[in-house]
Amino acid sequence: MNKKRRIQAFLFVVPALVVLAVFVYVPLLSNIFNSLHSFGLSSTTKEWMGLANYKQLFTDKTILICLKNNILYAIISIIFQVGGGLVLAAVLEDVAFRKSAPIFRTIYFIPTILSMTVVCLLFEFIYNPQMGLLNSFLSTVGLDSLTKVWLGSKKTAMYAIIAVSQWQSFGYVTMLFIVAIQKIPHELYEAAEVDGAGKIQRFFSITVPQVRQMMFVTMVLTVVGAFTVFNEPYILTGGGPGTATEVLALYMYQTGFVKNNMGYASAIAMLIFVITAILSSVQFMTIGTEKEDR
Amino acid sequence: MEEKAEVKKVKGRRKYGPGEVIVFIILVILAILILYPMFWILMSSFKDYTSIYTDVWGLPGVWHVENYINAWNKGISQYFVNSLIVTAATLIGVVFIASFAAFGVCQIKGKLGNVIFMICLCGLLLAPQVCVLPLFMILKALGLKNTLWAMILPYIAFRLPISIMMLRAFFMGISKELEEAAIIDGASMFQIYSHIYLPLSKPILSTVTIMTIYYAWNEFMFATIFVDSSKLRTIPVGLMVFRDGLMTDWGVVMAGMVISCVPILILFLLMQKSFVRGMTAGAVKG
Repeated sequence: MNKKRRIQAFLFVVPALVVLAVFVYVPLLSNIFNSLHSFGLSSTTKEWMGLANYKQLFTDKTILICLKNNILYAIISIIFQVGGGLVLAAVLEDVAFRKSAPIFRTIYFIPTILSMTVVCLLFEFIYNPQMGLLNSFLSTVGLDSLTKVWLGSKKTAMYAIIAVSQWQSFGYVTMLFIVAIQKIPHELYEAAEVDGAGKIQRFFSITVPQVRQMMFVTMVLTVVGAFTVFNEPYILTGGGPGTATEVLALYMYQTGFVKNNMGYASAIAMLIFVITAILSSVQFMTIGTEKEDR
Repeated sequence: MEEKAEVKKVKGRRKYGPGEVIVFIILVILAILILYPMFWILMSSFKDYTSIYTDVWGLPGVWHVENYINAWNKGISQYFVNSLIVTAATLIGVVFIASFAAFGVCQIKGKLGNVIFMICLCGLLLAPQVCVLPLFMILKALGLKNTLWAMILPYIAFRLPISIMMLRAFFMGISKELEEAAIIDGASMFQIYSHIYLPLSKPILSTVTIMTIYYAWNEFMFATIFVDSSKLRTIPVGLMVFRDGLMTDWGVVMAGMVISCVPILILFLLMQKSFVRGMTAGAVKG
């Protein structure tokens, strides 16, 4: 290849590199810089703080609450979306449901395409203490004692928020597993059937080991999602009641934009970055290896 | 292949046991849990406040179609137009910049191409949440805060890595013979891009298009933080303002919610396959 073509080829890449640099990489670097300083939104100068913001992370009780909520989010999502999604995908790929599976699959997938705002507003109506679907359903079936102010009670608010994303995302994860299961060679199942293995046995001895890479990918996805969650608590509770539904991304937002403490907020952002970047880079490498498998 | 079909037939003939029936019932219940709330919103969007409040489960007695007209006039029309502009601009940006980059990376042979590709891909590791504070400062410094560009440019940037990844994977599979013949004929690099690569890449371009529309139409966090002016709000943010402003005018709020979902639902129903392919490719959620 001659030099001219090489330069021409490079020109094609320049716009992407510029946009990525200005709106992705420079922000990351300036975030590191900012986290070492103390300043407000309208400050013209930044005061050097060294690692003080990071030290604060370790003594801040709200951070602990955030981490607890983010971890709870992650655990429940893994159980319902990864565990539940895998079982559901296996069921939908079972020959017994060959005819109805496409309809179910489409129905389960629909919430994924709705915007988070619509889903959150929908759940606001579901959780509404007076006319909400959940409470009125409970009273209709005679379980009045179970009706609650779902989003207003410290005990239930976090679970109510976590339920929203389970509703929205389980169909998506199920779809990922369906794609993975469809790649499993039929012969494996046929051989196991000849050997007399039942459906549940085939699920554990063939399906699970064959889709373990997808299990890993979905686990990383849901955990990264759990540690970056922002929209649901922002829209539904604003972190309340008290700090019951405070999560890292929301706390970062409030620290920066409401309390006007951008330096500390940047340190919180770095905490989110470290957690999610480690997780995603592991997934990143598996995507690379998956490509080679094909 | 015939053998396989035979096996399937045999399996299909097997009777449904009690296990299958129970599982089927569970599948139906799950489907109801998904569909009923959406159906309820649709029905309630035709009701007035009292009938939503007093008769939660009932169908609308009087169909208040004017809820939709009210929603549209009370701000949704503006939000809808803003969303259209932002989505269209993001789409144009992503399709061109990403396909340029993917093409360029394929043309720069040797290690350098791979290195540049990896630089682009690293964006995948970065959650938008991590960048939101400094992006706010940068947009402010550039005088872009509180303009539509404050959404468009970050949207493009955060869609580029995954789009470049998908396009590059597709470009790698395009046969080099056409290209070599074109080079001999004296075609410029841009001609190779626009006359050979783009026309051959329609399937992957449609996937990238759908994923970008889906993302830009639904994005909430950047839109709510980078834009304050009510005239510039997109639908996801506008709906929130709508809810706060209308208080108990629930029917109208729900009408707004329905309107906001229509374009993306139509897109999904028309192009289900590309949609699912896009959402599952690389397993990276919007």
